[in-house]
Amino acid sequence: MLNLGAALPEIFMAVASLALLMLGVFTGKDRSFRTVSWAAVGAMIVALVLVITGEGGAAFSGQFLADPFARFCKVLILIGSAVGVVMTMKFAERERMARFEFPILLMLATLGMMAMVSASDMLSLYVGLELQSLALYVVAAIRRDTVRATESGLKYFVLGSIASGMLLYGMSMVYGFTGSTSFAVIGDAVSNGELSVGTLVGLAFIFAGLCFKVSAAPFHMWTPDVYEGAPTPVTAFFAVAPKIAGLALFVRVALGPFAGVVGDWQQIIVLISILSMAWGSFAALRQNNIKRLMAYSSIGHVGFALVGLAAGTEAGVQAILVYLGIYLVMNLGTFAVILSMRRHDRMVEEIADLSGLSRTKPLMAAVMALLMFSMAGIPPLAGFFGKFYVFKAAVDSGLVTLAVIGLVTSVVSAYYYLRVIKVMYFDEPVEGFDRNGTELNVIMALATIIILVFAFFPNPLTDTAAAAASALFGN
Amino acid sequence: MSDWPILSIITFLPLLGAFFILLIPGEEANVARNSRWVALWTSGFTFLASLMLWINFDTTTADFQFVEKTEWMPGLNVSYHMGVDGISMLFVILATFLTPICILSAWEAVQKRVKEYMIAFLVLETMMVGMFSSLDAMLFYIFFEGVLIPMFIIIGVWGGPRRVYAAFKLFLYTLLGSVLMLVALMAMYFDAGTSDIPTLMTHTFSYQAQLWMWLAFFASFAVKVPMWPVHTWLPDAHVEAPTAGSVILAGVLLKMGGYGFLRFSLPMLPLASETFAPLIFTLSIIAIIYTSLVALAQEDMKKLIAYSSVAHMGIVTVGAFTFNQHGLEGSIFQMLSHGVVSGALFLCVGVVYDRMHTREIDAYGGLVHRMPGYAVTFMFFTMASVGLPGTGGFVGEIMTLLGAFEANTWVAFFASTGLILGAAYALYLYRRIVFGALTKENLKNILDMSPREWALFLPLVVVVLWMGVYPSSFLDIMHASVLHLVNQVETAQAAAANAAQLAAN
Repeated sequence: MLNLGAALPEIFMAVASLALLMLGVFTGKDRSFRTVSWAAVGAMIVALVLVITGEGGAAFSGQFLADPFARFCKVLILIGSAVGVVMTMKFAERERMARFEFPILLMLATLGMMAMVSASDMLSLYVGLELQSLALYVVAAIRRDTVRATESGLKYFVLGSIASGMLLYGMSMVYGFTGSTSFAVIGDAVSNGELSVGTLVGLAFIFAGLCFKVSAAPFHMWTPDVYEGAPTPVTAFFAVAPKIAGLALFVRVALGPFAGVVGDWQQIIVLISILSMAWGSFAALRQNNIKRLMAYSSIGHVGFALVGLAAGTEAGVQAILVYLGIYLVMNLGTFAVILSMRRHDRMVEEIADLSGLSRTKPLMAAVMALLMFSMAGIPPLAGFFGKFYVFKAAVDSGLVTLAVIGLVTSVVSAYYYLRVIKVMYFDEPVEGFDRNGTELNVIMALATIIILVFAFFPNPLTDTAAAAASALFGN
Repeated sequence: MSDWPILSIITFLPLLGAFFILLIPGEEANVARNSRWVALWTSGFTFLASLMLWINFDTTTADFQFVEKTEWMPGLNVSYHMGVDGISMLFVILATFLTPICILSAWEAVQKRVKEYMIAFLVLETMMVGMFSSLDAMLFYIFFEGVLIPMFIIIGVWGGPRRVYAAFKLFLYTLLGSVLMLVALMAMYFDAGTSDIPTLMTHTFSYQAQLWMWLAFFASFAVKVPMWPVHTWLPDAHVEAPTAGSVILAGVLLKMGGYGFLRFSLPMLPLASETFAPLIFTLSIIAIIYTSLVALAQEDMKKLIAYSSVAHMGIVTVGAFTFNQHGLEGSIFQMLSHGVVSGALFLCVGVVYDRMHTREIDAYGGLVHRMPGYAVTFMFFTMASVGLPGTGGFVGEIMTLLGAFEANTWVAFFASTGLILGAAYALYLYRRIVFGALTKENLKNILDMSPREWALFLPLVVVVLWMGVYPSSFLDIMHASVLHLVNQVETAQAAAANAAQLAAN
């Protein structure tokens, strides 16, 4: 049965990106950048509306499933991507990378992510993942005239291909031992609670591949280099949408076909989660570059989110989704600040460049301070609630040790977030930054308002996440 | 009147004031003056509003009063639940009482970034009041930890030369303790299915679970109190904090730990509290004696008072774990009086610091010749700190020691020793600063207290005298709640003993 309605947002995105490609090709490169960018944003918003209003359901012979879980993740991804494109525009024009292909590549990556989170078959999963990855490899190296960006793109490509290889290898093992690539059939094959060794090995490889994609330790090595080397708006994009898609995919695979054998894979996730949290916290302590810092911070955040997966329960999935929603807002806000770090028309990236920001730009400093406190998980800011949900899910599943370790590493990570605040508030001011554009200010203001008032109105996010989680468990 | 959400008003009024200050436009000097006035009016009005609690308080019941309950996170069964009983009500008033004094004390001392300073203090007040009046563990935790944000900024921006170190130490120490408490709160939630504090108080946790939860709570509250050996953040924070920061830190923030013991550890985990009482006693006694000796050797006035705070809070923890009426009431009373007295002592340091910009004891001497008014005030609060009869300090100490005698003679003996040492360091400090010949050249033109400074100290003097002369007006409020708490703990302990007896038979 060809139920195209379920995949309408994806189909729209695909058609729109091709149409924009045509537009770009026929109007000439540089002039159309802004038009294409705004059109891309518009297309994402339309897709967002389609996702929210869409009927959902399965399509393409069970390869594709648009359930409330997928819908929730797609909403986050589309918001992240749209804001990502908006943040890029001014930067791209100033840094002479205003090619019209850029927003189109981001659209294609977004399309891949949307396909990923809706995957209900190993094949559609892989196709979505590769569409995303290939587009992002190019985006990472889009400034081909600078060594750093090329290097980061190449690194990302080589390591990403290895990860894809591992993923494929794991899938082939699972296919070999269960006889199908469909999540439903695999789920039936392992539902008696017995997991053959071959399937388990396959699963471990799949997990390794996914860990690479979400930059969980010990498969995180590419992250700091790519984050630092890629142009800042690209980093901002990397930090948000692909992470959300990757973690959603992780949940899909682990709690879809393998939901019946949580006990067999739980320890892997527990270990990965501990490693990520610890590495994200300790390695960040000595970073001086704010983009590298954000890279380690994102590794840590992935670790925290995986705590919810380790719980392996509906509450755990709800926790991950809440965490991702808050993570999205915090990261977009923080990168908007980082993108405003321009002095004499050049980007600066050292933490020390923020010195005394509370004097030169008090509002921006306050925004950044609130974002950092929120990232550190200090109540009453939104970041606390994300951590609260994941650790509560872990405690409810009896993973008290994991919760304690996680919370202690969060104290360590608080140190480096505080360091940013210290530089801004306690140190003597250096020269102020250039004026930044309206878009960035709007993004900062929105992010700050959301993390401030989340404590008063948590229910819209938590209830939707609960509904999405319950859909994943087939209730 | 009674159907007004008075606790929410007291809690969020300062936040509203902070929001107004945020919106003040104009020249820097103008903004500074306006923010000072807005902050003073807001906190003053909050204090008056909080007096409504006292006036309408029903002393005959141990139930929570002025209760407000609204759905907040229905998915988690967490609600916005506020209310006070005889234990927490006075702490709310302590917080609202000290905040306007702090704001007034910074009137001239703080000249840079006045707007941010006032915002930080008002936000801090919201957090403190909210913490003492929340009846939901989740809400409690949010306020409890939210305090760190303004405190970090206050110490880090307006503090002394080593302020960065002190601010980080305060933040990370407290955070580490707090996250362990968070795990315990989650475990409690998991066991009881709710984070509602009154419900948790009636829930019986298994002994094994109690032990772990108690230790986790202990990690948080012991840091906050602070108890030996995790007290080291306090002297650093006090020394580096601006005067008003020290006042709030000693006056209210330390009480959050003691309050936590009384609100969580004792009623919810009575068996573990009994098991660990010797640990508390030992650490408290070490704190009382050791930190008193350390205080004797200090060269910095603020550091000396900081160490004396650790010793005084040791008395508080001894009292809390005697499990009898005297000890508990003494412990609460000691917290209240120490809140006022140590706050006043830090203000006394602030007075001379604002003039000389040094806290070194050796830099002073013979101040009585130039500043008689100051000498009297300082003398009064020194005596209150030592525990002179007629001041609030005496009542708290004597009641705690009485309670300690009932519980364990040795504890009482050692705790009393601490009081003697307390008199030693306090008087020694006073002699070195105020008495002697006025030899230092730069002190010869020092001025006595200004009307503003008198206005700061006057309410504090009145309160300390009132607490000393007629303590009943405070004790009456606590009676019912403390009695209820004592009964609760005893019943639980007796039930456990019975069960053990049955099992043995």
